[in-house]
Amino acid sequence: MDARRALRGWGGTSPSVATVHPAGDDADLVRLVTEAGRRGVLARGLGRSYGDAAQNGGGVVVDMTSRDRVLSVDTGTALVEVEAGVSLDQLMRLMLPLGLFVPVSPGTRQVTVGGAVAADIHGKNHHVDGSFGDHVVTMDLLCSDGEIRTLTPESELFWATVGGMGLTGLVLRATLRMKKVESAYCLVDTERCTNLDDLLARMTEGDHRYTYSVAWIDCLASGSSLGRSVLTRGWPATLEQLPPKLRDHALEFRPKQVAVAPPVFPSGMLNRATVAAFNEVWFRKAPRERRGEVQSIAAFFHPLDAVSRWNRIYGPKGFLQYQFVVPFGAEDTLRRCIEMLSDAGQASFLAVLKRFGAQGAGHLSFPTPGWTLALDIPLGAPILGGLLDRLDAEVIAAGGREYLAKDSRLSASEIAPMYPRLEQWRGIRKAADPDGVFTSDLARRLGL
Amino acid sequence: MKDAIGNVQRIVVLGGTSDIALATVMKLTEQRRDVQVTLAARPGERRTAATAELESLGLQVDEVDFDAADRSSYEKAVTLAFEAGGDVDVVMVAFGLLGDQERAWRNVDMALDLVQVNYAAAVACGVLVGERLRAQGHGAIVAMSSVAGERPRKSNFVYGSTKAGLDSFYTGLGDALAADGIQVMVVRPGFVRSKMTEGLKAAPLSQTPEQVADVIVAGLRAGRRTVWAPPAMRWVMSALRHLPHPVFSRLPI
Repeated sequence: MDARRALRGWGGTSPSVATVHPAGDDADLVRLVTEAGRRGVLARGLGRSYGDAAQNGGGVVVDMTSRDRVLSVDTGTALVEVEAGVSLDQLMRLMLPLGLFVPVSPGTRQVTVGGAVAADIHGKNHHVDGSFGDHVVTMDLLCSDGEIRTLTPESELFWATVGGMGLTGLVLRATLRMKKVESAYCLVDTERCTNLDDLLARMTEGDHRYTYSVAWIDCLASGSSLGRSVLTRGWPATLEQLPPKLRDHALEFRPKQVAVAPPVFPSGMLNRATVAAFNEVWFRKAPRERRGEVQSIAAFFHPLDAVSRWNRIYGPKGFLQYQFVVPFGAEDTLRRCIEMLSDAGQASFLAVLKRFGAQGAGHLSFPTPGWTLALDIPLGAPILGGLLDRLDAEVIAAGGREYLAKDSRLSASEIAPMYPRLEQWRGIRKAADPDGVFTSDLARRLGL
Repeated sequence: MKDAIGNVQRIVVLGGTSDIALATVMKLTEQRRDVQVTLAARPGERRTAATAELESLGLQVDEVDFDAADRSSYEKAVTLAFEAGGDVDVVMVAFGLLGDQERAWRNVDMALDLVQVNYAAAVACGVLVGERLRAQGHGAIVAMSSVAGERPRKSNFVYGSTKAGLDSFYTGLGDALAADGIQVMVVRPGFVRSKMTEGLKAAPLSQTPEQVADVIVAGLRAGRRTVWAPPAMRWVMSALRHLPHPVFSRLPI
């Protein structure tokens, strides 16, 4: 049943009201698209983009989560065909027992395959494996003319759709090349880094030896501790690397939900004092150096998934995530950005730093070689808008960009300098969807 | 579309030469000036001056002809204003007429002028704008009411009665549009030193248009339904409302 209701992003800011249509079969969606009104149509998955990417005020939003079937699995080639509403959580639960792991995993399992394509998501293995789109073999796209086209990486529309934020059509199905693994565990090395120089040096020197690498930075540390961090890197564990008692159930994957955050937290609970205390404890509890620890996939990749609806701890004012990438060589910009955040005392639990590898082929794909920093910031401080505008200017001056799936506040004029292939993408989109049937609040805000 | 910080992209002002509205536009766009502002007002020097002032700040301004006293101008003005750009984040209903109280309560034409401009036109605009915002699924309306609508006083009850009507209408409109994601905020300022009150003696707690603008912007960002300017006016009016009539009627207000 269609229902008009308010939709928000994960950050809980700037809602808009749309007609939410639970996705039926292909014929139902073809009808929906060909009969679209002036405010257009947009697919939505699990709503994990932080801003307004999965909102379409006044228009139709197709809830794709009802299309959640796995259509075929080939353990020999590791190819899996799924409907777009299948979540990565579902894929892991079903496929890990068969020895197949998702090729790219973000910080949460609660994203759909359609959303993963639209945002061309990345994980801790970008420096060696690229982004999600690099592992899509084919996909079925419902276009504005009502045709369902099977796209392969040879077509331009494929790469306009990978990272295209849902603005080229509805992704209905995709075939993914999974990663073969022997266990549902990782071998993890953990190191404490005293400051930013220490961290960058270790990552530059050693990341290529690991499949997965990520650093958690304390953005409230300043002075000689600026950028103090915990670096965790690892590989998928092979059977023989596991302790004997785990070997019998090496591929078992049963992540537990520890708690559900209730909607009772006031805004402002995460302030400079509470976050600084948290960051201190978390830094101290990390080992100075530990090698070869066996961690489950859930613990290593998705620690926050243990608490459902954790976004509620930011209270009713919500929060935003700021994620940018600056090219290698722009380490000064990275440092300046962390200094600006540290000076402003804009509390962020655990900023995340990663090194991106090669540029993907998606026109609007976010990853580009360089350093990417992501941090959650509670809303409320009047200085926040100006601070982030200044950070934008630093990022643009260094030839960097920000991640559209996280964005909730960029202005239209900032997009062209960040995404040099925007005009090309617009051309492909215009050809595929001349009347602009597929649109979103994000697209309108940024004039995409 | 309003962003997570509260920055807006498009503002429409009905009564585009109002001092309070212009101060609000400036305050609302303080951090980012890449905003399109549509001023709907009577053509003339005042509108030209308002446009020039906003443009000098870097805002993109366009003008639409609108006369609250002319029933035939409403639909066209709202249509033109909405079609001059993308989604509208904030609509200010900021036109109004203070009138000459002493003559207004004894002269039909003058009384009806106040009713037409302050009440009938405001209701018509609320209907038209509400429909537009419903279609986009987000947005806010700021309606300029007045503390004069809270309890009629001998010195300005004709004006006060029109504002009371406007206040009721927009308060109800807010309830009607809530499910569509639309915020309707009724603003109840006390005495404001502006061109509307030029030549009048300032009342206690009088304020500048900029002070009212601060209250409006804070209220918009906090998602309020009613704001008083200055905020203390809420408690003053609450007290006045409950005074027994013999006492109230003797007050020099």
